[in-house]
This record gives sequence, structure tokens and C-alpha cells, in this order.
Amino acid sequence: MGDITALVMPKFGLAMLEGKVAAWLKAEGEQVSAGEEVAEIETSKITAALESPAAGTLRRIVAPAGETLPVGALIGLLTDAATPEAEIDAFVAAAQERFAEAMASRVSEVAPEPTRLDTPLGTINVLEAGPADAAAVVLVHGFGGGLDNFLFLQPALAGRYRTLALDLPGHGGSTKTLPGTSPEAMAGAIGALLDARGLERAHLVGHSLGGAIATAFAAAHPGRSASLTLISPAGMGEEINTGYITAFLAARRPKALTAALETLFADPSLVSREMVDAILRFRRLDGVEAALSALAAANFAEGRQKIALRATLAGLSLPLAVIWGREDRVIPAAQAEGLAPPERLHLLDHVGHMAHLEQSAEVARVIGEIAG
Amino acid sequence: MSRKSFRQAINEALRQEMERDPTVVLMGEDVAGGMGAAGEQDAWGGPLGVTKGLLQHFGRERILDTPITESGFIGAAAGAAVTGLRPVAELMFVDFMGVCFDQIFNQAAKFKYMFGGKAKTPMVIRTMYGAGFRAASQHSQCLYPIFTHIPGLKVVIPSSPYEAKGLLIQSIRDDDPVIFFEHKVMYDLEEEVPDEPYAIPFGEANFVREGDDVTIVAFGRMVGFAAQAADAVAKAGISCTVIDPRTASPLDLGSILESVRETGRLVVVDEASPRCNLATDISAAVAEQAFEALKAPIRMVSPPHAPVPFSPALEDLYVPSVARIEAAVRATMSAGARRAA
Repeated sequence: MGDITALVMPKFGLAMLEGKVAAWLKAEGEQVSAGEEVAEIETSKITAALESPAAGTLRRIVAPAGETLPVGALIGLLTDAATPEAEIDAFVAAAQERFAEAMASRVSEVAPEPTRLDTPLGTINVLEAGPADAAAVVLVHGFGGGLDNFLFLQPALAGRYRTLALDLPGHGGSTKTLPGTSPEAMAGAIGALLDARGLERAHLVGHSLGGAIATAFAAAHPGRSASLTLISPAGMGEEINTGYITAFLAARRPKALTAALETLFADPSLVSREMVDAILRFRRLDGVEAALSALAAANFAEGRQKIALRATLAGLSLPLAVIWGREDRVIPAAQAEGLAPPERLHLLDHVGHMAHLEQSAEVARVIGEIAG
Repeated sequence: MSRKSFRQAINEALRQEMERDPTVVLMGEDVAGGMGAAGEQDAWGGPLGVTKGLLQHFGRERILDTPITESGFIGAAAGAAVTGLRPVAELMFVDFMGVCFDQIFNQAAKFKYMFGGKAKTPMVIRTMYGAGFRAASQHSQCLYPIFTHIPGLKVVIPSSPYEAKGLLIQSIRDDDPVIFFEHKVMYDLEEEVPDEPYAIPFGEANFVREGDDVTIVAFGRMVGFAAQAADAVAKAGISCTVIDPRTASPLDLGSILESVRETGRLVVVDEASPRCNLATDISAAVAEQAFEALKAPIRMVSPPHAPVPFSPALEDLYVPSVARIEAAVRATMSAGARRAA
């Protein structure tokens, strides 16, 4: 009698209540090793791979591709080739019964909602998770992004930290009036958020343009910055793929935007139709077009970055980590060289510009190392 | 962001544009409610409650009840538009529009052209259309093809609450006369609609689904039906692109042609009567401009050429159904297969 390992609908991110089995990457009867990708799961935000929790044979696919199920529902199971079918049937029946009971007693689950804070800079939209008395971690997205970019990283940190993912001005649910277009001016949003929440200090995590903004904040307010983690930051070298930014701003059709967004990821299949629609909708909000164009023009042009924060970063004395995907096609990973001591420099294989979405567990581990 | 009905989405668009621009005014039958009678302020909020709550916010100076004289108040709206306001007139049922054709066709649509481009006519006529409401043949028509025929008018047919809000905001900001069609059975349809104002540009089709085998073009209420049909045939391995042009005028023919050149098959779904409707118009344009790309005859899904029946059973048969769209998709696939063989 073999051990049976259940494969269940994973929970990717705080807001995920259900997911769709987009595709099985293994067929029934195939061997699977621990950590190997067995299925693609589509959520309302992104498509991501389900990694096998154990080694074994995929003996049963309970949810065929195309099926949508709540988080935690049985979608398949692993065991060894010798386990009799009857035992598998019994396992499936028992698991489904337990899950049905659990669902029935579950108080109707509500995804956490962001809060819109009134600040001197205007409305700042923030999604908070984690214990209120824990050390604060502020998550700062990049150009054209939003707090949703942290949907995997934030839950991975929320057990230990009070996490605050904000929409920068010009983005998401925040004011569309920019405090300025430079990283220094945009950094005001971090200060406004900390003030509005009565926080003196926070660990800062910044991605891409958000990395430049977090760096500028740390330079202006060393006392309020406990540590700095940069993910593919802007401002650390001249080169940038402005073709991506141009394509992103020009795309009107889902197809064109999908093609642009695929540049961000090492594995382009991570781009889901829902992600594309959400960005197209965001771009139509009053003021967004003007804000994004102004930010792009001020910071990037013709294959070059107009901002230079390398010297600023070198002058900072706070715990620092830099994470960069080796397959970053927006800002080349070569710019990571010399930014931080070697043990604090993490170049990730099979990762593009979005390490926090592509390898959130590794990014959370690095933040944990320097934030303590 | 929160879930809003089609009705709430339209109300929010009106409210936000009135807040943003003091020249926006509303006029129509019972939009203020009660015709000035005491105790009946905002009694109705328009015949289907779309403008409810706006009177208290903006007052009787900007929310104007009109007599049941369509030719009068539509003419007044056109005049107000050329003299500096942005009126949004509610004309209960599009079926009644016939009595003010002169104001729309010969006045509003022509001012810009007859005054050498020096006049602009930023007016919106919101109106209800469509069958399925058990309202019989005089209150159920889809008359948007008639307005699409007239140069100088813009014709907007939103397919969901999200689309309705963004397209109505664009309609109000547009400097030309816009006829904005609201399907009366869609008012309670709900979906996520951003709280902030946003505009959806005219003449830019929405790709509701993207597939390889068949292009389905549909308008208004039929867009949701077409998406359901696409999902149903997907189980049989047929992948469809579903295009919602959003506006019949201007029409994003470029996107339709581009898609047909990819798929080689076209189904056009139109709830309007089958002669000289949007389905025939689009089919003709595709046959003329992309004939070489077609692998099978174009299929049109429209009601029969008859007034909308009052009998519920007949009315249900009259309206194009998901099943009929599915059948049309399968027909284009098998016709293509025969030709290939």
C-alpha cells in the first residue's frame, strides 16, 4: 500500500479564492519528481505553475483542464504504480467529502480589499497584510505596474511582517496626479504612506522604477529606511529596453499588450488574458495616459535611462540586497554587477524582469535574510 | 472597484461627467420625476430608474423634465448643444424616435457640415432598445441601423456595465451628436466597474475572445451571447475570436478585416431586423475587402423579418439565441471543411 499525495488547487496570492486548471503538464501514469511542474493554474490575475509537493506517479487527474475549483479542492493525486485503483477511488471520495464539509462550514471568504488613504499627495491606495505590530515592509511596484504585482510575494511575507503594497501616484487606485516625475519626487508617496499609517520606519522593497524610487527614498530618509531590497531596479545603468515601454504604451488590443507583457517574463505563458484586460482597463482611467507618458518621457528615452542612482545607492549605509533575473529583457542583469556585496547579489536563473512574480519564494527568502 | 449594474454604471457616468463639467445637463421624460408636482421629486429617476438620485445632487436647473414631445425636446437639445451646453437627452424608447427624425437627421447631424465645421453639436441621446422585455412590437425594436446610415451621427451600443460607463463618458465628451443605445433587459446585469471615471474611445473594437477558427462579430446584448457560444464550441475544439465593435458608427472595420484574415470565417450576430442591418453591412464590407481570405460563406444571425411578437413564446424564438450562434459557427466550420476536401 503506497502513500498517496493529494494535489490541490493552490492559493496564489491573498485575493485568490478559486482557480482554473489551464493545462496538465503531465499525463496520468507519468512519473513526477518533487518540485516539478505538473499543471498550469489560471487565476483572475495570472497563470502560474503548480509544483509537485512530492515525487510519485500521477495516477489520477481529478479536475481535467478547463475546470474551475475553489482553493484547496483536490485536482489530482500522486502515488506509486502499485496502489490499486480501488484505494485511489476511496482516497478521492474521502478527500472530496472532507473538502465539501470544510467549504460548507467556511464563513464566506472575502478577499482583502485595498484601502484608499487620504494623504497630502492625494489618494494613496494600499493593500495591507500581516500583523500590525510586526516590522513594516513597503512594496513598491515599477512603471505601469500596481500593488497586484506583489500578489505572490505579499502573502509570502505577511506571516512575519506588516506588509504594505501601494499603488504609486499615476497607477491603480491612487491619485493620477504625479508629485513629479523624478524618482525623488515619486518617493514622496512612500513617505506619505508611512505618515498616513503612523509608521516611522520600514523595510523597502522596490521593483524596476520602484527600485529607483525606493533608493531615492532611502537616500532622502535614511532614518526611515530599515533595509532596501531591489528587484531589477532602474537607475543602475544606462541601458534599458525602451521598446518594451513604447509597446506597452501603444498597445490597444489584448494581443498587442500580451506581446508586450511577455517581454517581462522568462516564461511568457505567465501572461494571462485577465492580467492583460486589467491593464487595458487601468490605462483607460482618467489621467493615467498622461501620467504614464510623463513618467516614461522623464525617466527613459531611446534605449537609455535618464536617471542615475548608482552613486546614491553606493552612498547608503543600510542592509541591501539586489535580485535580478538572468533573463531580464527590460533592464539587463549585467547592471547588477557591483551593486551589492556578492553574498547580497542574487542572480536568478529562468527569471525575467519580474522575479517577485516568477520566483516569489526566493525573493521572500532574500528579504527575510536582510530584514531579519 | 465594485460590482455595479448596467443601470448604476450609466448613473455613475452621468454623475461624474456632470461633476466634472458644469455644461452637462440632462433632459427627458420624468428624469427629474413627477413633472414638478409636490412630493414627487425624483419619483421615478427616469422610466427605468437610471437617473435616480441625480436631481438631489444637481438640482432642477440641470435635470430637466420635458413634456412628452420628442420632436420638441430633441430639437431643444440640439439647439442647446450648438449654443454651448452638453445636453444628455433621454428618449425613453428608440421606437419613438421617428417623430423627431428631422431634428436628428436634418439638424443635429448636419450642423457641423453645413456651417463649414464652425459649429459643434455635443449632444447625447440615450435610448432603450431591444426585445425580450415582453413589450410588444412598438417598444422592442433595434433601430440602430437607421442612425448608422446617417453621416454625422455616432452610434454607440454598449455590451456590458463596464463598457456602458466608459462609452457614455466618451459620448458626453465627444463633440458630435451621439445616439447611445441601452438594451432594456441588460439594466440589472452586474460586473466589476471602476469607481473612477474612464473613457473608452470610439471606433476601437473590443476583442472579447481571441481564437483561430472563426470570427464572430456581435453588438450590444448579442456580445454576451456570442461569448457564450464561443465557450460552448471551444469544448468541441473550435476556437473563436469574438469582436464587439462597441460603436456602429464609427465602425472599426480594420479590426474585423484583420481578424477575418486570420480565421477565414465570419459570423455576424445582430439583434436588428435582417434587411439593411449591421450584419449585412459588415458582411458586405468583408466580402468586398477580404473575399480572398474567406474559407466559407459568411453567416448572419438575425431575427426574422417580422415585427417583434407579443407572445412570449414567439418573442423568445424571435431573438437570436446562443444555440443559433453556435449552429452558425459550426456551419461555417463544416462548409470550410467541405471546400478543403
